[in-house]
Amino acid sequence: MKVTDKDVVYVAELANLELTGEERRTMLRDLNSILEYMDRLNELDTSDVPPMAQVSDRHGVDESKQGSERFAYASREDIVEGLRKSLPHKEALANAPDADADFFRVPKVIER
Amino acid sequence: MDLTSLTIDSARSAIAERKTTALALAEAHYAHIQKENAQIGAYLTLSKERALEQADRIDRMAAEGKPLPALGGVPVGIKDVMSTRGVRTTAGSKSLEHYIPPYDCTAVARMEAAGAVVLGKLNCDEFAMGSSNENSAFRPVRNPRDLARVPGGSSGGSAAAVAANMAVATLGSDTGGSIRQPASFCGVVGLMPTYGRVSRYGLIAFASSLDHIGPLTKTVKDAAIVLRAIAGRDPMDSTSADVPVPDYVAELDKPVRGMKIGVAQEYFAEGLDDEVRQAVESAIEKLKNLGCEIVPVSLPHTAYAIPTYYLIATAEASANLARYDGVRCSLRARGVKTLSEMYRRSREEGFGAEVKRRIMLGTYALSAGYYDAYYLKAQKVRTLLTRDFDEAFAKVDAIVTPTSPTAAFRLGEKSNDPLAMYLADIYTVTADLAGIPGISIPCGKTKENLPIGLQILGKHFDESTILRLAHAYEACR
Repeated sequence: MKVTDKDVVYVAELANLELTGEERRTMLRDLNSILEYMDRLNELDTSDVPPMAQVSDRHGVDESKQGSERFAYASREDIVEGLRKSLPHKEALANAPDADADFFRVPKVIER
Repeated sequence: MDLTSLTIDSARSAIAERKTTALALAEAHYAHIQKENAQIGAYLTLSKERALEQADRIDRMAAEGKPLPALGGVPVGIKDVMSTRGVRTTAGSKSLEHYIPPYDCTAVARMEAAGAVVLGKLNCDEFAMGSSNENSAFRPVRNPRDLARVPGGSSGGSAAAVAANMAVATLGSDTGGSIRQPASFCGVVGLMPTYGRVSRYGLIAFASSLDHIGPLTKTVKDAAIVLRAIAGRDPMDSTSADVPVPDYVAELDKPVRGMKIGVAQEYFAEGLDDEVRQAVESAIEKLKNLGCEIVPVSLPHTAYAIPTYYLIATAEASANLARYDGVRCSLRARGVKTLSEMYRRSREEGFGAEVKRRIMLGTYALSAGYYDAYYLKAQKVRTLLTRDFDEAFAKVDAIVTPTSPTAAFRLGEKSNDPLAMYLADIYTVTADLAGIPGISIPCGKTKENLPIGLQILGKHFDESTILRLAHAYEACR
């Protein structure tokens, strides 16, 4: 077993998930079975292989430039209103579970 | 004229020639949905007001004798992971059960600008995570070809709606096969464009480096028409590519003779169902008869694609789904006293089992001490998988594979074994990881009369070639 119950509790905390006792047990079983399968990646020697974060790195990039200049295709003028107008308060807050006229409302912030 | 069995072209010209109206077409589809949806479960929300308004606009154009746009009056459905202004968008999740977006997804806006009539929002696996549509928080979708079976996932509603004539065409999203696999299971056409070909703006994010929007349709030509409408640079998505959009329809009829088609033995290995193998092999034979040259290619890292995909996709998902915290638009648990309790309890109540599993897996893979061993390792293998394709495509114009190792499986068959479910994506995840386009088209049926899908993969931004091949195969099938 690679993952222990303690790991499950710790990762759930990192992910802001509150798991029930039953969920904790299933999660322990599933994570171990999935990660065991993932371990086959270790069969590959990747010491000289660069990581690939995204596909866009391969397209539209200007190889003759340096640094962020290489990604010039992805940038745009910095305009105050942006590409679309900001949402009015009322619309932006319309889906909020709790809000007043200007702000989202949340319960009191108390350190755990 | 049966109004619910039309293709995009036949629907649009029937309206243009005043044989029917966009309104009649929309009403006929709604009547059909009313009759079928209780059983199939493809639609979660209908957007009747919006649809009828658009239909009226198209009918007025037709009455004035104006030329109709490419999708003029065509009834379509949208997977419920694409935001629609004023129309509930749930992503198949309880956490967004009451969410009404204040803006439109670019792909949806472009469909409407091209004249499409949006009938409603289509069921899917929660946050597009699943291969059977059983992870929808609302209800599973059933396969219209066999109601005891799954339609595939995650765009199960999008595929089922087209298969059951509840829409002429639909939009789906594909992160690990979620357009192509359900298209294969339901016997329709499903196209995943190149990464960056279609803007992701307004798509509820699952794994941002892997998410693609694309069409599910009755014919290859329809897929070409929809892609033409939604493709192209969008300033709202910096990863959308500034690459010219060809006229895919005009390219369809170019000859395929002399095209080089790769066949990789890694896609015909253990686990492939015999009937699927036979159907795909006979499709390859047909392509040969069309004058294509069949070339063996090797994609040696294919066996590592599933672990690579499920590490990268879950890592990205764990970050993307952090936003569902019960503050701005997602479900908030009742009776909570502190902010941190609110976060945890809201997410506990709002997310289903598979979404939690993926958030946990992704968080684990990114956590201190495991980042290098899992996430970084997977990113490196992603490079190797992409190089496999680069090398193969130096020799061939397209690669042909089965879309899925089996035809549609039964509801409940894999739902208690997450790993078995993940392995259903074995032939599709590679294209998402490499960012190349892929299409699934029907290529026969099993003895139990279940559709089988043929997958054609192409070079980056070369959708034209795979559409052309698919179109040629469709014509001789």
